[in-house]
Amino acid sequence: MKRFLSGDEAFAEGIRLACPDVISAYPITPQTVVVERLSEMVEDGSLDSEFIHVESEHSALSCAIGASAAGVRTFTATSSQGLLYMAEGLPYAAGGRFPVVMMNANRATALPWNIYGDQRDSLALLDTGWIQEYAADAQEALDMAVMSYYIAEHRDVSTPFMVNLDGFVLTHTYENVDIPDRERVREFLPPYETENCFDFEHPKNIGFSAGPETNFIFKYKEHRAFERAIHVIKEAERRFGELFGRKYTGLAEEYLTEDADYVIITLGTAAGLCRTIADELRREGVKAGVLRIRYMRPFPNEEIARALKNAKAAAVLEKDISFGNAGTVYVNVAAALQWAGVSTPLYDFVGGLGGKDITHADIRNIYESMGKGAPRVTFMGIGVE
Amino acid sequence: MAITAKNLDKNEYFYGHKACAGCGGSLAVRAALKVLGEKSAAVLPAGCMSAVGFNFPQLCFGNNAIISMFAGTASMLTGVEAGLRRRGIKDFHAVGFAGDGGTADIGIQALSGAIDRGDDIIYICYDNEAYMNTGIQKSGLTPFGARTTTTPAGKNIRGNIRPKKNMFEIAAAHDIPYAATATIGYINDFMEKVDKASRIKGTKYIHVIAPCPTGWGIPVDATVEAAREIVDCGLWYLAEYENGEFKINRDPGEFTDPAEYLKKQGRFKHLTDEDVDVIIKSRDKKWEKIRREWK
Ligand SMILES: Cc1ncc(C[n+]2csc(CCOP(=O)(O)OP(=O)(O)O)c2C)c(N)n1
Ligand code: SF4
Ligand SMILES: [Mg+2]
Repeated sequence: MKRFLSGDEAFAEGIRLACPDVISAYPITPQTVVVERLSEMVEDGSLDSEFIHVESEHSALSCAIGASAAGVRTFTATSSQGLLYMAEGLPYAAGGRFPVVMMNANRATALPWNIYGDQRDSLALLDTGWIQEYAADAQEALDMAVMSYYIAEHRDVSTPFMVNLDGFVLTHTYENVDIPDRERVREFLPPYETENCFDFEHPKNIGFSAGPETNFIFKYKEHRAFERAIHVIKEAERRFGELFGRKYTGLAEEYLTEDADYVIITLGTAAGLCRTIADELRREGVKAGVLRIRYMRPFPNEEIARALKNAKAAAVLEKDISFGNAGTVYVNVAAALQWAGVSTPLYDFVGGLGGKDITHADIRNIYESMGKGAPRVTFMGIGVE
Repeated sequence: MAITAKNLDKNEYFYGHKACAGCGGSLAVRAALKVLGEKSAAVLPAGCMSAVGFNFPQLCFGNNAIISMFAGTASMLTGVEAGLRRRGIKDFHAVGFAGDGGTADIGIQALSGAIDRGDDIIYICYDNEAYMNTGIQKSGLTPFGARTTTTPAGKNIRGNIRPKKNMFEIAAAHDIPYAATATIGYINDFMEKVDKASRIKGTKYIHVIAPCPTGWGIPVDATVEAAREIVDCGLWYLAEYENGEFKINRDPGEFTDPAEYLKKQGRFKHLTDEDVDVIIKSRDKKWEKIRREWK
C-alpha cells in the first residue's frame, strides 16, 4: 500500500508494524509527530503497545531498559536536547545488551538554541555502544523501523539501535511511501525472544557491577557484537529484499564510485543532492561519485577504503564538527583509509549546522576544491573570518 | 494475618552481600523481600544496596533484580512492571529499593512521574540520611545538625543547616493510593506495611528509616536501637496515607529525650544545647499538627 507520508509518519508506520510491547517517549521537535502518531495508533487499537507517558527522556530510556529487562520489545524516540538528556542511559542499555530501538531526529544542540537539523547530537554519542543508522528518505526510515528490530534483537547482536532521521529535511518532508503488509512483516520479524531478562523459574540478577578483572571482558563482548552485526545486517537486508522487494546495501551505499576520481562521503539526506551533482559533473566529463555512510556503527571501513582507493581525492561532507579537531565523520573515514594504507587526499567540509541550507553550489564547490586541494577543514559558506 | 517469626518466609533473598556489619539498609531490603517473596522483580539504583549486592560474579539476590541508573529507580520499575505484565505474568511485585539521595534528590522527578501515572509498583526508600555509598555526603534527607563530609561541623557552621525534606507528604500530595513511614527498629510494622502495599493496586511508597553505623557514628550493634529511639523520641513517626487520609500509627504520648538519641551518634556530637532546642521545637511543631489533623 502506498501512502504520502513525512519521515516521522513513515517511521511511526514502521513501528506499528514492528509492534513493540512498550513505548516510552517524551516530545521534542522535530520528533514529536512520531509520538503523536503512535499515541493515536494505540488509542484506535491499531497498535497493541503500552504507551508510557514518561516525564523526561532520562525516564524514557530508563523505562525502555526496564521493559527490555522484563523481556519485551521496546521503543523510544527523541532528538537533540532529549538525546543528550538521556545520555546516561545509552551506554547503560548497550552494556546491559538491551536491544532497545530508538528513533532520533537529528537536530542542532543548544547553545544557541536551534530546532533545525544537524548531526551533532547523535555523533556526539557515537561511542555509547549503539548501532547507528542514518536514513536518507522516508521509505528507508520506515523500512529501518522494522529492520532495526531484526538486527538489534538478533541473538548474535543483542545491542540497542538508533535510527537517525535528518531533522525537518526528512522528518517533515512528504514522500510516497510503500507500507509493507503486516503479515509479511510478521514473517520477517519474529516475536522478541531472549534469555537476557527476568525469569521467575530461574531468577536472575542483571545489570550488575563488574570489577577490573571482568569489566574488560564485558566490553570486549560488546565490541564483538558489532563485528557480528555486520553479518546480521546483510542477512536482514537479504531477507527484507526477498519479502518486500527493496534492496539495501549494508553499511554504505555507493553511487558511481567504481571509477570515480572525486568522491564525496556523507550521511543521510545530503547524499541525494550529491548524487544529482555527480550526475551533472559526469555529463561535463568529471568522474564524480558519492558514498553514503548508512551505518556509523558498525562503521564501513572496508567499503570506504575500497571506494576511495583509486580516487584522486575525496571529501567528507558532514553536519558536524568536533571542536578543536575535524568532524567526527572525517576522523572515522580518515582512520579507515589509514588502516587500509590508502593515501587518497581527504578533506573535511562542514555544512548544514543549525539547519543552514547545503546548496547546489556548495556541493559543486566541494568537488572542485578537492581537485585543487583545500584546507583540511572547511566551514562552507561561512562568510566571516 | 500478622507477620510473625513463625510464618515469615524462611528463604533469604538478599544474602551474601558486602554491606557493613549492622547495616540498616540491608535489613530493610532483606525483610521486605521476605514479605514479597520469590515473585519479586527488584530495582535498585546506584547506592549502597546495589554496590554491596551486585558484584559480578557474586550476585546476592535470590529473586530477579537489576541495578538502575541513580535517577531511574521509578522509571525503570515502570518499564519492568509494564514488560512483565505484557508477558502475561501475573501476581508479581515490581519493587524498588532506593536510598534517601536516590529518592528525595536525583530520583524525585522519576518517582513523581510514576506516582502521577499510577504505575503498579512498590517504591521503598531506605533512609540512612546521607549519600553513604560515596562516603557520607549531605542529601535532601540529612537531618538538621548532622555532620556529613559536605556539611562539616566547624566553628562557623555546625553541620547541616536544613531540615529533612518531607518525602512522605510529598508522595501523599500526589494522592498516591498508599504511602507509609516505617523504621527497621519496628520491623513488624514495616513488614506489615510492605505486605499491605503488596495488596494495593497502583503506586505505593514506603519510607523506612535504616540507620547506617558507618555514617552515623554508632556501634554496629546499635542500629536497631537507634531506629527505635528515633521514633520513641518523636523525631520520626510511623504513619500511613490511604484513601486521601493521614493516619498516625503510633503516638508515644510521652517522648523520650531527643538529646539522648542525638548524643550517642558521632554525627551529632558537636550539637550545642541550643541546637538540640531547635530540633525539639521543630519536633513539637510537627507533632502538634499530626495530633490535630491526622487520625
Ligand atoms: C548520575 C549519578 N550521579 C552520581 C552518582 C554517584 N553516586 C552513587 S551512589 C551515590 C549516593 C547514594 O546515596 P543514597 O541514595 O542515599 O543511597 P546510600 O548509598 O546512602 O545507600 C552517589 C552520589 C551516580 N552513580 N550517578
Ligand atoms: S555504609 Fe552504611 S548504608 Fe552503606 S553498607 Fe555500610 S552500613 Fe550500610
Ligand atoms: Mg543514603
